[in-house]
Amino acid sequence: MNIVVLVKQVPDSGSERKLDPADNTVARAGADNVINEMDEYAIEEALVVKEAHGGEVTILTVGPDSAADAIRKALSMGADRAVHVTDEAMHGSCAVQTSAVLAAALQQMDYDLILCGAESTDGQVSVMPALLAERLGIPQLSGARKLTIDDGVAKVERQTDGGFWALEAPLPAIVSTWDTINEPRYPSFKGIMAAKKKPVETKTLADLGIDPSTVGLASATSQVLDFSGRPPKGEGVKVADEGDGADKLVEYLASQKIV
Amino acid sequence: MAPASPSRLILSRRDLDFLLHDWLRVDELTKRPRYAEHSRDTFDAVLDLAEEIAAEHFAPHNRTSDEHEPRMVDGRVELVPEIGAALRVFTAAGLMAGAFDEELGGMQLPHAVAEAALAWFKAANVATSSYPFLTMANARLLIAHGSREQVDTFVRPMVEGRWFGTMALSEPQAGSSLSDITTRAEPADDGSYRLTGNKMWISGGDHELTENIVHLVLAKIPGGPPGVKGISLFVVPKYLVRDDGSLGERNDVVLAGLNHKMGYRGTTNTLLNFGEGVHTPGGRAGAVGYLVGEPHHGLTYMFHMMNEARIAVGMGATALGYTGYLHALDYARTRTQGRSPAAKDPSAPPVRLVEHADVRRMLLQAKCYAEGGLALGLYCARLVDEEQTAEAGADRARAHLLLEVLTPIAKAWPSQYGPVADDLAIQVHGGYGYTRDYPVEQFYRDNRLNPIHEGTNGIQAIDLLGRKVVMHDGAGLRLLLSTIRATTARAGGTAWAGFAADLEVAVDRLGAVTAALWSPGDPELALANASAYLEAAGHVVVGWLWLEQVLAVEASADPRSNFAEGKRAAARFFARWELPTVHTRFDLLESLDRTVLDTPDHWL
Ligand SMILES: Cc1cc2nc3c(=O)[nH]c(=O)nc-3n(C[C@H](O)[C@H](O)[C@H](O)COP(=O)(O)OP(=O)(O)OC[C@H]3O[C@@H](n4cnc5c(N)ncnc54)[C@H](O)[C@@H]3O)c2cc1C
Repeated sequence: MNIVVLVKQVPDSGSERKLDPADNTVARAGADNVINEMDEYAIEEALVVKEAHGGEVTILTVGPDSAADAIRKALSMGADRAVHVTDEAMHGSCAVQTSAVLAAALQQMDYDLILCGAESTDGQVSVMPALLAERLGIPQLSGARKLTIDDGVAKVERQTDGGFWALEAPLPAIVSTWDTINEPRYPSFKGIMAAKKKPVETKTLADLGIDPSTVGLASATSQVLDFSGRPPKGEGVKVADEGDGADKLVEYLASQKIV
Repeated sequence: MAPASPSRLILSRRDLDFLLHDWLRVDELTKRPRYAEHSRDTFDAVLDLAEEIAAEHFAPHNRTSDEHEPRMVDGRVELVPEIGAALRVFTAAGLMAGAFDEELGGMQLPHAVAEAALAWFKAANVATSSYPFLTMANARLLIAHGSREQVDTFVRPMVEGRWFGTMALSEPQAGSSLSDITTRAEPADDGSYRLTGNKMWISGGDHELTENIVHLVLAKIPGGPPGVKGISLFVVPKYLVRDDGSLGERNDVVLAGLNHKMGYRGTTNTLLNFGEGVHTPGGRAGAVGYLVGEPHHGLTYMFHMMNEARIAVGMGATALGYTGYLHALDYARTRTQGRSPAAKDPSAPPVRLVEHADVRRMLLQAKCYAEGGLALGLYCARLVDEEQTAEAGADRARAHLLLEVLTPIAKAWPSQYGPVADDLAIQVHGGYGYTRDYPVEQFYRDNRLNPIHEGTNGIQAIDLLGRKVVMHDGAGLRLLLSTIRATTARAGGTAWAGFAADLEVAVDRLGAVTAALWSPGDPELALANASAYLEAAGHVVVGWLWLEQVLAVEASADPRSNFAEGKRAAARFFARWELPTVHTRFDLLESLDRTVLDTPDHWL
């Protein structure tokens, strides 16, 4: 079974993240960049499927040169090889443009199963699996909290607010995962040493046959027009307890519609 | 309860990268055969992994295991479950094996990188990190001096994290003076020995974390020479091991009690009884032990590993001081209080603590100790790499000699000033720092152990002045002084020439004072003030390493960053506030002051 995992490098959601005021794109240079958290679950799931069914796990990343760090971590966790699409012309690309690039890369690969995180913590548009399913003409099973592969069929439990839906689709298919699906492993020292020897193929837009003018900020289907920081936290409310502290607290919580 | 510390408050990756790469050039080690498989990528990945696991699995239960110290229930030790869970993640990631040979399942990491990676765990949760660190120390000793069979039987399961190890040296009546231990080892017919005696303070001495525990025990074989020359080293497993590696009979070593400590509470600390007949392996009383190496060489073997063990203790003290500093800095940037002395308007909003000069004084002082200690520990770890892997024999010998002199300082200086950094961290927090709602009081309590164990700082002082600076006719001291002078020479003509000149004066005095102390030929007089000597020598060495750091900053790719300016500010602070204090101590030492020597017990 050939499994491809889509991995994106994003600024760490636990550290201060910025937009670049010059063009309102995510400031990636100088940020504390990590693997998109949700993608780690997709990598783990790929490794679990491989352990059960055999095959190979390939990481596919579109991103600047620095995304090589994210690829290395994925390989240290146990993925077998990687494809890194990197091209200056991609800067500021929207989800639709990125999906065209990913689809072109996937069309040059052998895949039975494509896994990805249900969302990225930077853009949070969550449309990539649907866009790719459409472009590749394969089914998408999104938002999985459980995945089983059985005789050429992918079965998932799609997590919903109220419970789950049981879905299935024949392979090849694309499955996106939530953080409830598994507990991602850490890389191991052995994995770190082994990662050095695993093949990473670098591709440009030209290698994929994509016209650079169709991607990038200038022709993006969506652009950030303006942004502002979150307003600073205001002063807290102090409730003086004059024997009626509990009542005042309840009153406050009710006024804020918390209770 | 204090929330778990995020990784930016545990240690500074930026500082580690600066020290390892901009300053110590560890990537040059990858040219050597032992480290040929490594590159900057593998070093980075190891540091990333250590930071992640330390923040996610070690920091979160640091307070929990402090509040719920180990308990003895029906003769067994009960620990909070988080300790075992964290250690399983640690070993599964291969961290236990890191610095060991590939042949043993290790990664052959350079020492400097391994110490940097392990510092994350010490800073995040020193008590939980003790179990694997003791195990690694135990395994290293057996690899160096044990038989092939002992390595296969005992080291492999430890490197895999299935068994943990201890170091059982101290006894109730013999701590600093190991020549007075009374544990006996009687030879048995089959070549093994039977041990009887009591061992006190044994960290990790009993627990249910692993299926077996491998004790390395110092004991005397009857009829051997008196004193330290009659001490031998034994492996004493909690469960005997069958030929196929499976566990056999319970050995006659039992838990007699737990010590209730000020800090490091998550580490069980035990009194162990050997050979009292509670268990009777092979049908009789006596703990079964296997001699390591030759009889009567036990202490020599221990001392052989001492440099690395002492550097590691110093790194622990630094790590705790470092995390205290980072927490204090974070607090000082958020809490507001008072106004600047120049402010006229009493209704102006209060300023952040960090805006007060006196708070910055405390932060700079703590920064000097934390970052200076880290530089010292990593420099020494890099010397271990030189000692073991430099191509030329002369370079290896040079590294060895320098390490011999630096080791007591690498242990004692951070053990003294790491707790001061934590003390300052409490002070920066004001009253809040004195409460258990903030973690700094625990860092202080945990760190207070470091001047005591692995040779008290008083013993380190005697080791430095009584042995290290006089051995080989003073060759070690001469090497240290010339190494420092090489740095001050490089600083000539730079913005740091003034600091370098001050340092040269201090270096000259260190040489002169050493000679003066020994000139009357009276060891009692010379050693009476050894602690003042250790402190002064330590400050000279750390001053030198601050100069080294700023010279590396000036040559770095980003010399105008806040990080670089911070290094400069701390170096200036050390030059202005700290280095001058050595002269008070040198004055005292030079005068051959007899105050403590001539004060008899009954006057106190
Ligand atoms: C939490 C903890 C964990 C420990 N873990 C271990 C362990 O795992 N294994 C192990 O074997 N030991 C362990 N120890 C023991 C530790 O190494 C000893 O406590 C230490 O060596 C000091 O010995 P002592 O406690 O008997 O103090 P003492 O030797 O009685 O010393 C008391 C004081 O006298 C001073 N002093 C003693 N002799 C001299 C001298 N000749 N000249 C000048 N001053 C002197 C000392 O510096 C100290 O200030 C641990 C101790 C603690 C507290």
